[in-house]
Amino acid sequence: MMAGSFLRAALLRSVVFVICATMLAPILIVMIVSFSGDGYLKFPPQTFSDQWYLRFLTNARWVGSLWNSLLIALMSCVVATAMGFLAAYAMVRGAFSMRKAVMALLLMPLIVPHVVTAIAIYFMSARFNLIGFKPWIALAHAVVALPVVLIILQSALKAVDPNLERAAMIFGCGRAGVFRRVILPLVTPSVVSALLFSFLISFDELVISLFLAGIRSETLPVRIWNSLMLEVEPTIAAVSTLLIAATCLALVIEWGMRRYQEHRFGAKA
Amino acid sequence: MPLGPLAKWLLLAPAVALLLVLFLTPVGWFISASLMELGSWQDIWDEVAAVMGTGVIVRSIINTNGISLAVTLLTLVIGYPVAYAMTRARGLTFTLILVCVVLPYFTSTIVRTYAWMVILGRNGIINQLLLGMGLVDEPLQLMYNRLGVLIGMTYVLLPYMVLTLFATMKSVDGRLLQAAAGMGARPMTIFTRVFFPLTFHGVMAGSLIVYILAMGFFITPALMGGPDDLMMAMLIEREVELSHNWPVAAIMTIILLVITLSLYAVYTRFSDSSEERLA
Amino acid sequence: MSGIRLENVFKAYGDATVVRDLSLTIPQGEFFTLLGPSGSGKTTTLSIIAGFTMADRGRVFINGRDATRAEPRERGLGMVFQNYAIFPHLNVFENVAFPLTVKKVPKVEIAKRVADALEMVKLTGFERRYARQLSGGQQQRVALARAIVAHPPIVLMDEPLGALDKNLRYHMQMEIKEISTRLGMTVVYVTHDQEEALTMSDRIAIMNGGVIAQMGPPREVYERPQSAFVAKFLGEADLIRVERQSGCLVGPGSLPVRAGEDNGSLQKGQLFLRPEKVTLCDPGTGEAGCTLRGKVHQVAFLGNVIRFEVELEDGTIILSDVANAAGIKNFPVGAAVDVTWLPEHARLLED
Repeated sequence: MMAGSFLRAALLRSVVFVICATMLAPILIVMIVSFSGDGYLKFPPQTFSDQWYLRFLTNARWVGSLWNSLLIALMSCVVATAMGFLAAYAMVRGAFSMRKAVMALLLMPLIVPHVVTAIAIYFMSARFNLIGFKPWIALAHAVVALPVVLIILQSALKAVDPNLERAAMIFGCGRAGVFRRVILPLVTPSVVSALLFSFLISFDELVISLFLAGIRSETLPVRIWNSLMLEVEPTIAAVSTLLIAATCLALVIEWGMRRYQEHRFGAKA
Repeated sequence: MPLGPLAKWLLLAPAVALLLVLFLTPVGWFISASLMELGSWQDIWDEVAAVMGTGVIVRSIINTNGISLAVTLLTLVIGYPVAYAMTRARGLTFTLILVCVVLPYFTSTIVRTYAWMVILGRNGIINQLLLGMGLVDEPLQLMYNRLGVLIGMTYVLLPYMVLTLFATMKSVDGRLLQAAAGMGARPMTIFTRVFFPLTFHGVMAGSLIVYILAMGFFITPALMGGPDDLMMAMLIEREVELSHNWPVAAIMTIILLVITLSLYAVYTRFSDSSEERLA
Repeated sequence: MSGIRLENVFKAYGDATVVRDLSLTIPQGEFFTLLGPSGSGKTTTLSIIAGFTMADRGRVFINGRDATRAEPRERGLGMVFQNYAIFPHLNVFENVAFPLTVKKVPKVEIAKRVADALEMVKLTGFERRYARQLSGGQQQRVALARAIVAHPPIVLMDEPLGALDKNLRYHMQMEIKEISTRLGMTVVYVTHDQEEALTMSDRIAIMNGGVIAQMGPPREVYERPQSAFVAKFLGEADLIRVERQSGCLVGPGSLPVRAGEDNGSLQKGQLFLRPEKVTLCDPGTGEAGCTLRGKVHQVAFLGNVIRFEVELEDGTIILSDVANAAGIKNFPVGAAVDVTWLPEHARLLED
């Protein structure tokens, strides 16, 4: 009996270990390959160098796509977070008879396949000559980022005691004051999370960009896609490593922010 | 402090406007305008019948559902023990498992797909290893076929399954399991009779979300699949990009939307706070 | 004209009427308590005074000004919330300073007034702490300091002591009372705890179903309730069914009963007594006209008081609290006793 349960635990442990290793491996492999000094993909690399990064950074088309992605993601995350915040506040503090319907609508872009969303926006954009217009692409990305922002901020705002808002009001704050002095400080970590995640969503988004980018606004994922269509070259590994690094950075900032806030006043907003 | 009706709608207005302008209107317009191109209702109906009679399209619908089902089962079988281990793990172990799940979750799909292409390619890592060890004489075809699609999609969708299962398992009251053990139930019995039934709605929710997302998959099958792995999303894209056949794309879109949205309706039944789970 | 006046205030949520044409006047400096069970409308009334809830009808006057439609911040009120509502992102100093900071009071002035307020609630030295580092009682004090720091003439308190344990609660009751008296504030206090209301208030309004069932000083509402609801809500009450037979009131067993204020109009109703006003004696020794017969049903030892439950002939249970003092007479369970009282302690209540 004891031996049995010990064996079972050991089995579970090794299975989970293997799965976790497999989950992490592709990401690690890409990162290692990106520093390869070899002329073609070989693992483990025989020599190491920064040649693929140099190739990436000296290629105007790659660098241009990086800027496009950054610009679009920046616009997109600000728009999605701002709109999502207002909507989340309305959902949390407003009395709705059709809350479920409104929520279902707001979450819809998460469920509808991105290809459908992408083609539909493309269909319309082509008529208004909006293909390749970066603010427009940013707005389209905001559509798919909005549900995530909404979920993050809604749960953060739900955690804010309504009495805190009442207290602020009775002690002299108007709506704006309540927002600035109470709500915003309390949900700042979540707003930062929402900004980071919506940034990542836009920065990593491929399908919508594929249709809307045109030649003018090729984003990094689109560039990777186009390049992958031709060959699996290690430059992509360097680009991917940069994307992974951006993800890691975002996750670390998010985690650190939360830790700081908890440490400071013990609130889990 | 409850919001007034006006304030409430004013706050919602930007988000709703965004979805209206860049989501509902385009989807509605694309579908209706594309169908209208065909002419009368009769023509539309004829086209639907023709589409449903086309081998490629029917096969893509079957493929899509087959692949989605396989991926769902794979993520479930692989994800369940991981989620279970997460609920049991503490401290560093927990953090490590979490990182292994969350880091891929937030990494770009195209990057993750590329990573598997590096591993599974004809000159990929696995083939290099196998050839190097002399286990095979020529590279194995690990990609550009169903195997590649399944590996890639399972990898991309696994975090959704693990996180959904984890959310459910974490809420299982440990005292129930202790009570079962206290009454002399064997570990296997506790699992099949107590733990699994208690986490069943999580299994359903996770499976549905993975299935729904798999149905709309495009990037991974397009890059890692072969000619026989055409999925609906790819077909829709191809109709638009290559054939400029908008009506067929619209009809395919309707089919895809009907399937995913009805599954989503089922999904909301299995998860009370579906919103939170998706995060 | 200062203080608060409500005129025919009415509030309903859908079909549910929460406050029904409520009118009351609270003069400056009074400690006024809204007491009632949950759902009685007391919290909504407070919320209407604060301005968080708008009345459907009626008017609200604060310090003589019509504040019916005023924003909460324009009403110049202080408030202590249930669960304190301490801002978790601000420390004690910043929390207490909040009403002054918002009003852009000069920094020096803020520092002085916060120090005064903290001294008043005995929290000097806790300025840099955050809410999570404070005990419940300390958080309560922060909330109190924040409510009084701007010297508002009126302070609202919504079940401020609900989360504290019994000993601490009594202690805080005394402190709140003392501070409010010292500062001459008008306090509108909401609670469902009758003891708290009796201890602290100058005047109590007992609410039930959105209306004031009775309003008056603690002693008056306790000793002279106008309805069985008020009688029962404000502590233990003995209610004995009585009716008038040929001009005389009779109770169970057709025994005559007398009450202090009997103008002869009541035909059928209840005789009300507080248990501490009811005495027990051996059968046949009770005062004539104020005696009923029964037998001891149960005896409960409550420490300072011994509580006898006496069952009357018609099955009514009468409580009699006897102070646990030297030389009290003990009646065993089952003993036949006379239940007696002084007429001036008994009141007649209509059904």
